[in-house]
Parts: sequence; structure tokens; C-alpha cells
Amino acid sequence: MTLPEASETRFPSARSDPAPLFAADGVTVRFGGLTALDDVSLAARPHEVHGVIGPNGAGKTTFFNVCCGFVRPDTGTLWWRGEPLPGLRPAQLAGMGIARTLQGLGLFAGLTVAENVMVGADRFRRTGFASALFALPRAGADERRLRERADAAMREVGVEDVAARHPGSLPYPVRKRVALARALAADPELLLLDEPASGLGAGEMAELGELVRGLTARMTVILVDHHMDLVMSVCDRITVLDFGRVVAEGAPAQVRDDPAVIDAYLGEEARHG
Amino acid sequence: MRAVLRRLVPRSLLLRNLLGVVAGLVVVVLVLETTSPFRNSQFATMSYYAIAAAGLTVLTGLNGQISLGHGALMAVGAYTTALLLQGGSVPFPLAMLAAAVVTALVGVVVGAAAARLHGPYLAGATLALAVGVPGLAIYFDGLLGGEQGLSVRSPRPPGWFADAHYFLTAGELGGAKYLAYIGWITLLVVVLLLANLMAGRYGRVWRAVRDDEVAAELAGMRLGGLRILAFVVSAACAGLAGAVLAMVVRLAAPSGFTIVLSLSLLTAVVVGGLGSIPGALLGSALLVFLPPAVTNLGTGAGLTGVQAAQLAPFVYGVVLVVVMLLAPGGVMGLLRRLWRRGINQGGST
Repeated sequence: MTLPEASETRFPSARSDPAPLFAADGVTVRFGGLTALDDVSLAARPHEVHGVIGPNGAGKTTFFNVCCGFVRPDTGTLWWRGEPLPGLRPAQLAGMGIARTLQGLGLFAGLTVAENVMVGADRFRRTGFASALFALPRAGADERRLRERADAAMREVGVEDVAARHPGSLPYPVRKRVALARALAADPELLLLDEPASGLGAGEMAELGELVRGLTARMTVILVDHHMDLVMSVCDRITVLDFGRVVAEGAPAQVRDDPAVIDAYLGEEARHG
Repeated sequence: MRAVLRRLVPRSLLLRNLLGVVAGLVVVVLVLETTSPFRNSQFATMSYYAIAAAGLTVLTGLNGQISLGHGALMAVGAYTTALLLQGGSVPFPLAMLAAAVVTALVGVVVGAAAARLHGPYLAGATLALAVGVPGLAIYFDGLLGGEQGLSVRSPRPPGWFADAHYFLTAGELGGAKYLAYIGWITLLVVVLLLANLMAGRYGRVWRAVRDDEVAAELAGMRLGGLRILAFVVSAACAGLAGAVLAMVVRLAAPSGFTIVLSLSLLTAVVVGGLGSIPGALLGSALLVFLPPAVTNLGTGAGLTGVQAAQLAPFVYGVVLVVVMLLAPGGVMGLLRRLWRRGINQGGST
């Protein structure tokens, strides 16, 4: 298959991209009679931030649910490092290095912040049940290793000083950081961020943008968010969904000026704003 | 002062927990040696309730799975022990181990079914277990002795144990005391292992799965496997508890494993404080010691025997209601709250 020039096509398909870390190819999801995703393709290249935007109900969350294994596509394939991904469970994908934050955060209320983040680091444990049952030294070493990883992740997002607190006692923006630390503790290759900026003030959003840009040194990020400022300033590429279909894809400036996008999304915002 | 105390506490989890168990053993010896044979047998009873309750508090408190069927799992352990001790050739520790293993295997099957169920459905399924299993003993009456059940040969203290006991205490080692020792040593071992689990990775991920399944799965947790594991651990404890029960009451019969037993375990765990092993021990102690204490109080206050006996379940019910109203976190939850308030006040003044 020959690779078309980027300028020749508005929607380069997953297969045409030189070396995507993760790609969705022709993903279609139907819930009963409703088509939530219709032939959606997206290719996230290594060390890039790939934004997914679109009006409410465009299928962004469904797309994330496909990426992390909660929803099986009816047709279409996911690719990981150039290999097709068979239908895997979320836990298996997490083990491969795909981490995701949730819009509702999903922090474990009964665990301290440090314990929450240690759960994120769990794929690096090396000992099993027997070691834990008899509290063998290697189980202790394992716990210390997970704790170090958690500490590093907490430092990175700046929540190390609330490590011993429970998430319920923290303000919302701090809880969001904890959720991000939990995802980072898995040291993922692909990080799916679901609405990371919702509920944040302008200053916090700028900080978040810087943090996300910094992450690209180690990982690839796919980001869903409503805040156009953040998406436009942080993303290398953007895929625009509307009614479950890809209506545009490209660099932020390209997407911003695309009439289809203005019509579908920015236009809607302008009408409401 | 605090720094000195902290230096005295070992860093290793195992050493720390072992230290606690050794301290517990000293208390057990002191208590069993200074109390009457009647009290000894009460302590033996408490030990098997506490073993089962400790296992149940891990399942319900840490992993969020309710079980109304732990009485039935105790029955599996008790019948296994009774069958193995019948011939007289199997040493009782081996029979207890076998009881734990067999019940754990039953736990795999029940846990696999339970892992897919939530809330009332899980309660219903385990309730069916509690109702159904004693019926098996009646159905297979050739092997399991029907309504009469199987009588159990209680182990006699071996020579070396009696000698060591005489050497330590210069007292007589009665049958009740020996059984109480077996029960409490088993309980201490169970508490040690459960405390190891709870303080480590499994305690953490079980609580994570309990608090938010979706987030736990995204973090790589295999929900089904972890739930089944919690059920198996809990079932193994129930099996051991059943083994101790069989030896203490010298009988494994369907009437000993009614739904009331399962519910008593659950109330013990809830009253003590869900997810807390000290809470499970406390709840078991209430279960065993409160009713006779109330009955004694009643007769002391001039009630007839029947009236005094009726008072006991009433008071137990009142305790339950009061705990649920005033301390929904159980006794341990209440203590923790008071402790925290004390620290805060200490800090502010």
C-alpha cells in the first residue's frame, strides 16, 4: 500500500501514518439502533499529544471506552506498535502500558492518596500471594518499590504533601492531580486523559498544559477536552468528531480553520456563547 | 518518647506482626490459666467465632462482598474434620489443615459465582448456601450421620504438651483448656496471616476493587480473580473455624450450622467494625460473653430463670441497634474517631 501525501487527503487513515504507537482503524460501535462511532480512524504518533474534540454526544467518551477495552467495537481494529490488538480486557491493556484517567476521577475513597497511586503502580510488582501471606522480605521490598514509584508520580504532579490524606478530604483540583498521579504511576506508554481540565481555573489549566507537554518526553497522550484554549495549545494533532464520525483531522491551526469544524463544533459554541 | 517507641517497633512487617502475635499468646496463656474451666470453654467457643469473623471481615469489609453463607462454609470444615478424625489415625492438625483446604476449594466455586453478583443477589446466593448445605448432611445420612450428625473425637493433649504446660504453670491441663489453647493458637495464626495480607498489596487492591471497580480495572486489577481470592481466603478461615468448632463441641450436626450462625458472624463483624480484625475479635467476644453476662445480671436482679434468659437476646438486639445508630463504623470505628478527636484537641491546646 502506498502512502498518500498528507496534503492529498483530509483524513489520513491509521494505516497510512508512518509509525503510530496506537491507532484505531475504521472503528464502528452501535448501541442498539444508535451508531455511537461510525468508521472512526485515529493514529497517535509516539511522543505526541493527540486531541479528540467534538460537541457533546459526538462519541468522544465512547471512543475512549473502545481504546481502553470497556467497549468492543462492532467493526474495526485497534493497533498497538504496528500489531493488531485482539479484544482485550481493560486490565490486560493496562498491563501493556495503556493508562486512562476518568472524567469522574474514580479515586478509591477508602485508600490514602499514596495508596491510590500505589494501585496505579501495581503492574510493577514482582511477588505473589504467598510472599504477601507470609510477609516475606521480598514482599516488603516490592511494597517499597511501588511506594517509590508512587512517590515519584506524586511529586511530578505536586501532591506529595497530601500523601497520607484520604481523597474525600481534598479539594477537587487536588483530587484531579491525584487521579493523574495514579495513571502516571503505571509509567504508561499511552495515556488517555478524559476531560483533564474540567473544573480547573485558568491558572491551573495553564499548569496542566505545561505538565502534559512535559509528559511527551516519556509517553504518548490522547486527550479529550472541551476547553479549546487548552486543546489548541497542547495538542500536536487533533481529531474532530461529530455524530460519531471524523469530520476533520490535522494540526490545531488547520483544524481551527476547517469549515466543517466551525460548522460542527466551534459554530455550536459560538451559537451558545 | 515517641521516637524511642518507634525505634523499638521493627521495620519488617512480619516481625511487627509476629511481635503482636507473641504478645497475644502471652495474654492468652495468662487468661486461660487464671480462669475456670467453664470460662475456658467459653474462650474456646469465642476462638472459632473469631476465626470465622476475621475471615469474614476481610471479605465484607475489605473487598465489599457480603456473605450470608459463612455458617455453611464452617459446616464444610467441621464435617471434614469429623470424618478425618473418625478413624483415629489422622493427627488433628492435619485434619484442620485438610478442613481449611477443602473449604477453600468450596470457596473457589462459590467465589467464582459470587464474583459476578452484587448486593442483594450476592446476599441471596450465599443465603441459599447457608440454607442448602446443612440439608446435604441430612440427604447423605449414611456418610454424614443425618440429623444426629457425626460425633467428633476431641484430641487429647499429647505428653510433651502436658509436660510443657505443667512446667510453665504447675497446673492441671483439662480437656476444655487444651481445646481453648488449640482454638486460640489457630486464631493467632489466622490473625497473623490476615494482618500480613491486609497491610500489603492484597489489602490495598481488595479495598480498591471495593471502592471503584471501573478505576480498579483501568489500573490493571483483575476484578474476578481478586474477588475470588478474597472469597477463598475467607472460606479457608471459615473451614478452620468449623474444624475448631467440631473439636470443641465434639459434634458436627446440621443443627449447629443454621442460618443463625451465619447471621451471628455478620453481626459480630459489623458491631466490631467492618474490615477490622480487632473489631472481629471484639464482636465475637460480645457474641459469646454478653448473653450469659446479661442472664446473670437478670437473675441477680431477681428475675426468674426464663425471664433472665429472654433478656439476653433482647439486650443483644439493643446493642446492635445502638451501635448502628451511634457508631455505624462499629466499635473500632468509634474508637478511631475518638482517638483522632483526642489527637486534634491535644494539638490545638
